[in-house]
Amino acid sequence: MSGCELFLRTAAAAARSCRALVAFTASHRALRTSPPSRAFAKELFLGKIEKKEVFPFPEVGQEELNEINQFVAPVEKFFTEEVDSQKIDQEGKIPHETLEKLKSLGLFGMQVPEEYGGLGLSNTMYARLGEIISLDASIAVTLAAHQAIGLKGIILAGSEAQKAKYLPKLASGEHIAAFCLTEPASGSDAASIQTRATLSEDKKHYVLNGSKVWITNGARANIFTVFAKTSIVDSDNSVKDKITAFIVERDFGGVTNGKPEDKLGIRGSDTCEVHFENTRVPVENVLGEVGGGFKVAMNILNSGRFSMGSAVAGMLKKLIEMTTEYACVRKQFNRSLSEFGLIQEKFALMAQKAYVMESMAYLTAGMLDQPGFPDCSIEAAMVKVFSSEGAWQCVSEALQVFGGSGYMKDCPLERILRDTRILLIFEGTNEILRMYIALTGLQHAGRILTARINELKRGNVTTIMETVGQRLRDSLGRTVDLGLTGKLGAVHPTVADSANKLEENVYYFGRTVETLLLRFGKTIVEEQMVLKRVANILINLYGMTAVLSRASRSIRVGLRNHDHEVLLANMFCTEAYYQNLFSLSQLDKYAPENLDEQIKKVSQQILEKRAYICAHPLDRTS
Amino acid sequence: MAELRALVAVKRVIDFAVKIRVKPDRTGVVTDGVKHSMNPFCEIAVEEAVRLKEKKLVKEIIAVSCGPAQCQETIRTALAMGADRGIHVEVPAAEADRLGPLQVARVLAKLAEKEKVDLVLLGKQAIDDDCNQTGQMTAGFLDWPQGTFASQVTLEGDKVKVEREIDGGLETLRLKLPAVVTADLRLNEPRYATLPNIMGAGPKASASGNGSADVAPMEAGCRRLGQGRPVNRGLPCAESQEEED
Repeated sequence: MSGCELFLRTAAAAARSCRALVAFTASHRALRTSPPSRAFAKELFLGKIEKKEVFPFPEVGQEELNEINQFVAPVEKFFTEEVDSQKIDQEGKIPHETLEKLKSLGLFGMQVPEEYGGLGLSNTMYARLGEIISLDASIAVTLAAHQAIGLKGIILAGSEAQKAKYLPKLASGEHIAAFCLTEPASGSDAASIQTRATLSEDKKHYVLNGSKVWITNGARANIFTVFAKTSIVDSDNSVKDKITAFIVERDFGGVTNGKPEDKLGIRGSDTCEVHFENTRVPVENVLGEVGGGFKVAMNILNSGRFSMGSAVAGMLKKLIEMTTEYACVRKQFNRSLSEFGLIQEKFALMAQKAYVMESMAYLTAGMLDQPGFPDCSIEAAMVKVFSSEGAWQCVSEALQVFGGSGYMKDCPLERILRDTRILLIFEGTNEILRMYIALTGLQHAGRILTARINELKRGNVTTIMETVGQRLRDSLGRTVDLGLTGKLGAVHPTVADSANKLEENVYYFGRTVETLLLRFGKTIVEEQMVLKRVANILINLYGMTAVLSRASRSIRVGLRNHDHEVLLANMFCTEAYYQNLFSLSQLDKYAPENLDEQIKKVSQQILEKRAYICAHPLDRTS
Repeated sequence: MAELRALVAVKRVIDFAVKIRVKPDRTGVVTDGVKHSMNPFCEIAVEEAVRLKEKKLVKEIIAVSCGPAQCQETIRTALAMGADRGIHVEVPAAEADRLGPLQVARVLAKLAEKEKVDLVLLGKQAIDDDCNQTGQMTAGFLDWPQGTFASQVTLEGDKVKVEREIDGGLETLRLKLPAVVTADLRLNEPRYATLPNIMGAGPKASASGNGSADVAPMEAGCRRLGQGRPVNRGLPCAESQEEED
């Protein structure tokens, strides 16, 4: 080959890749090239606020906003006019015509890239549409199980061949997907699954055996993302059992369903057991790496979690409309309910929770839409915990406003309450997520602080003096300034007070994290009640950050009703501030507010006898 | 024969589900931040045009809207439903308030002649002003036959058969093309603009034209003096209902 020819070939190849890059950049979706950025929540554990991650509040371009609003119109119209949630709940299924309409609207492939027939929506757009789809919980769960987890694995970890083969039919809704991880003995403890995939003699396929339980779309789906244990030979030549993810087609044979589960809520969604008996899965259908299935599962779950925030906010906004209408019309003691303080309090709660949820969800979505692969798993988990618990609380309060009529099946409130309960359980129970939030952050902080803590333990004089000096300054009440307020501050002066509260909380949180790591070391993994408090503080901190960022932007841009936003933001920040102070004081050693020891004792005594052990109040000793 | 070309006029109005609030100074209703959408009767007109195109009786559908910049969204919805081209006759927001059927009809007539269309479709009336005049005036300016309140439209060669819903019942007319037809409620059930179609309409929308250069809306002859809620006549409606029962 002559030098000239070689030169021409290289030039041609370069030109081709240039063109490809230009074409890629021409589309207005995010381009992923840079290395992972340090997300926000982990730095809070070190008492630092990574301002550039969260200020200013993420914005979308006018064109994208117009497009989002154009999408919202037909979806909203469809859900208000043609979806009969009561009928879906009573009959326990979503009518076939409704599903077909959802498919034709394009809602089965919202995040599938355009080149595979989907809409290629960004996380922000997906969250926006989620606000409307949540008007019917059964439909929302069915769609989410299909695309947010069912087929997401193929988008995140699939090869080009797998994407090209499966995504188009999934995007159109011709095929439906399901996510198969949970087993009867493995729920939260996902790593302990027993389903097995054994490589065949000819190494051309795996034989899959096992049972999965509580699989949404289990009966309807044709494509399953299945997680099974495979024995792999490790780098040190030992044989280990590791989880591998597979794309399994129902047509592979051996796939059967159990009967539909009779659920408390989301009764329109189809949930059942899925059994795999000697199902042959070609090796080309391994998703990601063999043995890398756990990571695939976690990535899938982490990527969709944040959208719960916007979905719940959308539902709460509708709930506020319904409930205020009732409160203004219903009269007792010759006054409408809306005039009574206790009722007004409930509306303030609903509005506040909705505001915080929205802010957190869209802040996280904005972070995820940044180029690169930002790790926002903690932020997404926090959004999920806050919105699920906020939803349960607010729906309960809304039902209370309706009083007796709220309790009747005629009123949609009881259905909404039942539908909402699952939010705290699925997609990672709130207990597990709190542990995850706390431990991931503590691990990050621990790595950074290990060096310093070792110095302290060794008795290094300089480090001891530094730390003592810091503690002295802390106890003398030095003012904290992390750069949020002031002339070059990130927040608007109107919310400066709340920003100061946030800064104070963050600083003392950072100090407390250090103390905890020093006190417990590695055994902190077992201290769930400590971790719970750490997680609760962090969730509050993230919420405060989100509302301050959003309110600052709203004031600067001049959005409608930004004064109301300032009210809500300040209200939440004050409440969260005092909650955090209490939690922080409970985390002190020998804190009188801390009742963990007593709690442990009581529960041990009850669990021993598996019953309530007090003598009856009417008992006598003779 | 698929040589026919249709012009469909669409109007951006306050969404039917919105609770209307009168402005404090009583010069009109609150439109700022309020949800707007395509007039329902205009949706029916667009749907009819798209169905005729699907039956291969109409070759090209042009959607037209007169008004401020936001009318682009309405045109885009028409494109997403199946129209081929859109023309936005831009009217600054301040003047748009005074835009009435007479001005719009003049614009539509000029555009219909310029684009050499055979059929002009509109909704029978807009749900904000309830004028029910634009279609009729357009036919007048063009000196074309008109079939209003259509509940069924059938193209027959160079004629169009229109079944109209009138007070006395149903009236069937046969009009020679070109003609103006206004759509009534039972003409059809409009399709949803699916999200993939809306995405596809984006490039169509940017390729569409702005018609304001060729057509200048005339000065408004009418001026709105005030707007307010209906006066409470003190009739206890609920009670009278019970008495009837």
